[in-house]
Amino acid sequence: MLTAIVLLPTAMAALLLCLPRSTPRTLFLTAWVVTTAAELVLTVIVWARYRADGGMQYETRARWIPSAGISYHVGVDGLSLPLVAVTCVLFLACALYAWRETRKVREFAALFLFLQTTCLGLFVALDLILFFVFFDLSIVAMYFIIAGWGHQGAARAALKFFLYTFIGSLALLLGFIGLYLATDPHTFDIVELTRANPLAGRSTYGALVLLAIAVGLAVKTPTVPFHTWLPPAHTDAPAAGSAILAGVLLKMGTYGFLRIAMPVLPGAWRDHALVFVVVGVVSVLYGALVALAQNDFKRMVAYTSVNHMGYIILAIGAAGAVGAGHEEARRLAVTGSVFQMVSHGLLTGALFLLSGVLYERGRTYEMSAYSGVAGRAPVFAAMTGVAAFASLGLPGFSGFIAEFQILTGSLGPEPVATGLAVLGILLTAGLFLRALQQVFLGPLRLPAAAPGADRPFPDILRHEALAIVPLLALGVVLGLAPRFVLDVIEPASRAVLELLAR
Amino acid sequence: MNEMTGMNENPLDLLPEVLLAASAVLGLLLGAWLPRRRQWLTGAMAGAACIGGIVAAAIAAAKPVETAFGESFAIDPLTATSRIVILGGTLLVLTLAMPRLYADPRETEFYVLLQLAAVGALVLAGAQDLLLLAAGYLLASVPAYALAGFRKDGPGTEAALKYYVVGALLGVLMLTGITVLLAAGRATAYPMLRSELAEAPAGLVAVGTLALLAGVLFKAGGVPGHFWVPDAVQGSSAPVAAFLTTIPKIGALAALYRLGAVPLADADLPWADLVAVLSVASMTLGNLAAFFQQDVKRLLAYSTISQVGYLLLPVAVAGRTGLDQVALLYYLAGYALTNLGAFSVVCALPGPDAIDDYRGLARAHPALLGSLVVCLLGLVGTPPTAVFLGKLEAFSAAFDGGYAWLAVVAAVNTVASLFYYLRWIAPAFLARGPAGDSRTTSRTAAVIAYGAAAGSVALGLLGGTVLDVLGGPLAP
Repeated sequence: MLTAIVLLPTAMAALLLCLPRSTPRTLFLTAWVVTTAAELVLTVIVWARYRADGGMQYETRARWIPSAGISYHVGVDGLSLPLVAVTCVLFLACALYAWRETRKVREFAALFLFLQTTCLGLFVALDLILFFVFFDLSIVAMYFIIAGWGHQGAARAALKFFLYTFIGSLALLLGFIGLYLATDPHTFDIVELTRANPLAGRSTYGALVLLAIAVGLAVKTPTVPFHTWLPPAHTDAPAAGSAILAGVLLKMGTYGFLRIAMPVLPGAWRDHALVFVVVGVVSVLYGALVALAQNDFKRMVAYTSVNHMGYIILAIGAAGAVGAGHEEARRLAVTGSVFQMVSHGLLTGALFLLSGVLYERGRTYEMSAYSGVAGRAPVFAAMTGVAAFASLGLPGFSGFIAEFQILTGSLGPEPVATGLAVLGILLTAGLFLRALQQVFLGPLRLPAAAPGADRPFPDILRHEALAIVPLLALGVVLGLAPRFVLDVIEPASRAVLELLAR
Repeated sequence: MNEMTGMNENPLDLLPEVLLAASAVLGLLLGAWLPRRRQWLTGAMAGAACIGGIVAAAIAAAKPVETAFGESFAIDPLTATSRIVILGGTLLVLTLAMPRLYADPRETEFYVLLQLAAVGALVLAGAQDLLLLAAGYLLASVPAYALAGFRKDGPGTEAALKYYVVGALLGVLMLTGITVLLAAGRATAYPMLRSELAEAPAGLVAVGTLALLAGVLFKAGGVPGHFWVPDAVQGSSAPVAAFLTTIPKIGALAALYRLGAVPLADADLPWADLVAVLSVASMTLGNLAAFFQQDVKRLLAYSTISQVGYLLLPVAVAGRTGLDQVALLYYLAGYALTNLGAFSVVCALPGPDAIDDYRGLARAHPALLGSLVVCLLGLVGTPPTAVFLGKLEAFSAAFDGGYAWLAVVAAVNTVASLFYYLRWIAPAFLARGPAGDSRTTSRTAAVIAYGAAAGSVALGLLGGTVLDVLGGPLAP
């Protein structure tokens, strides 16, 4: 079942590439939308038949390269299932959003479908090499999306993105090799490695392996100081690419921490948890402060991603403070971090698509070029407002549940750091309100110099609304009735903490 | 040379080598008689000899490990894999070259030279005796000098001359090294050297080894014997360039591995450190020099120098881990296929030779440029291609042998290499190029490029089966 979910988009992509380029545009787009919708349906079926407290499910394990300890091993549990679901939702949203795309549609659809395979494959992978394969291929696919369909400067931004994340992936690979050689018999299987806890009692080796893995994942997440690839990549990527980059690809880093670093290297994680707490807080504050200084709407949203990812790093760092009591609190922190991944995926995906809507109309992301847009485009303004409020963590939206859990959970083990992190919420509230006020309120002013400046600023179009409204609706649903997701996450976060306490 | 001579002198043990050499000699004779339009028959014969050799090597691989002709030639997994890869690579190069050379006045000569050079590589891979190693070196080098200058034009002559001068110098150095090692170990056969060198004076062994390495690294195209690579590759025709950067390398690296694992295994010599330093130098210099190259062949030439650096990782830890042999052999196979694939794309597009000429070409030749992407990203080590698995094994071997720092350096270099490969691929896909461009392409080369690209992915995906075959003990 999982294998089908993972491979279906790539099969479709291959099929699309076989069609001649002269095939009507709508055929490619329809095929893309239908495939992503089918993926979502399949994922809903998987979710419906998933038993919340059943541990790893839908497992498939096949021999691949036995002599190198590599197998094809996939499965889902409470950590990965919500992310698989978010991935499918976001890819469907992007397919709908791209309905008006005219540039090289065949390749665009095929690349996104291929990217969907790599994202889903990564979240269900239970073998380090399989994880790495999807990790690397996602970089390749995203590189071509940014470079091929981005704005000016996209080639440079894409190269920067590729080089940075590729460095990260190689650090990751070295860490994986370290784990592989430490187990007896040598294996790359995550489940077996988790069971074996291979580096227990070898603190230097464990620290070095954790360093390699953490650097690899931190580049992807990204945390300060490895975040510098993110703003240009986001600014110059096409809207749908940004949405996937922020909504799904960034989660690969944080998911890797929860899936690999914490369970396989519990000793090293406990010893160095404070590093993650510090990095998390710095990311929260730095991301928020730099976002506050931006005039470019998309760049601002990109920096808030650094801020939001910082909360996750803070939470999983705080979860490493084993032995000081706070059992319940630490569980809350881990659950909150997974929930934050889901929530951030939906909301930032929506924000990036909305910034694409803005760009479509004004040909610039500069906030100072706009004013009073709410008068022309009330629905657009309302949607952006909802997304912004949800993203800054207003009660009633998913972001609130996530950040509340993270901060409550982290407060016990790490009171000072958490206190500082709360400031981040204030800053994000300020910057989102300022942005909303600048763009939507006041007297009407639209970009002057941009081509098409005299054209009207139409309100949200149907395909755009179809893409974005469900994301926001899910944000509200998860904010009001989060139980059905939390029920899935909580057993998994308990399991992670039990593994961490070994 | 020793009393065991005469026990096993069955030429059938050397069937792949004998087949190819016989086909070369026969081709030379036939070529003198055949009309010009029939000369391709000698090429076809060479291809048949390669295929026959692959079959013979595969059959021999299933038999137990032994040595032939005294103890001078090893028939073990190292030789078997090198034979199959060398012969397979030669077959691909032949296929690349044949359509270009059809009815050329010197068509036969080309095939003969190619086969003789390939026999030299085969001898290098299996040599179990320093004198045979020297013979293999000469056999692999002399025809290759002629191949490099085969076009008889200015750049070709320069290429041949540079190649020859460096080769002659380092060859003499190599012979000196062999003499010194003979003095130190009182033998040239590896099994005897192994025990003798363990007690020989360390300084003498070190000097002899260094001089010997100079020659082998020249054939491998690694630092410090790399000076000929860029000029020879740029100056010669694309199929020859593909040959020079692939086939002799395989023989030389197998020879190097055998040197480290057998005769020098017990010697009082910092073999691993020495090779590690050479490896770092190769990958770093190759990558740095490749950064701003404009000519695609020159870029590929530097990329092959850096690949030697990665290939030296398992050589550095030769015989010290359970992974090194498998890593080297698998990486060699993956490298050969991927590198030949990249050169096939260059062969298939005879028009452009600068990176800028590839701008926007993907519109006109999507499948060819797609193959190029697979091959170049493959050379970087993007999963799931064969080189990825090769690198994974090589890094693991280095880690396991206590050379984690070397794996880290190799990883950093890998990232650096990505930059220049992308400089080539990205504009080809992303820039606006001449649409519907109808520049001539070579169909055979294109088919080989598709095949090599698909093959490098398939080899990576089927790595499990292949890795199982590559293990097994070396000849004693």
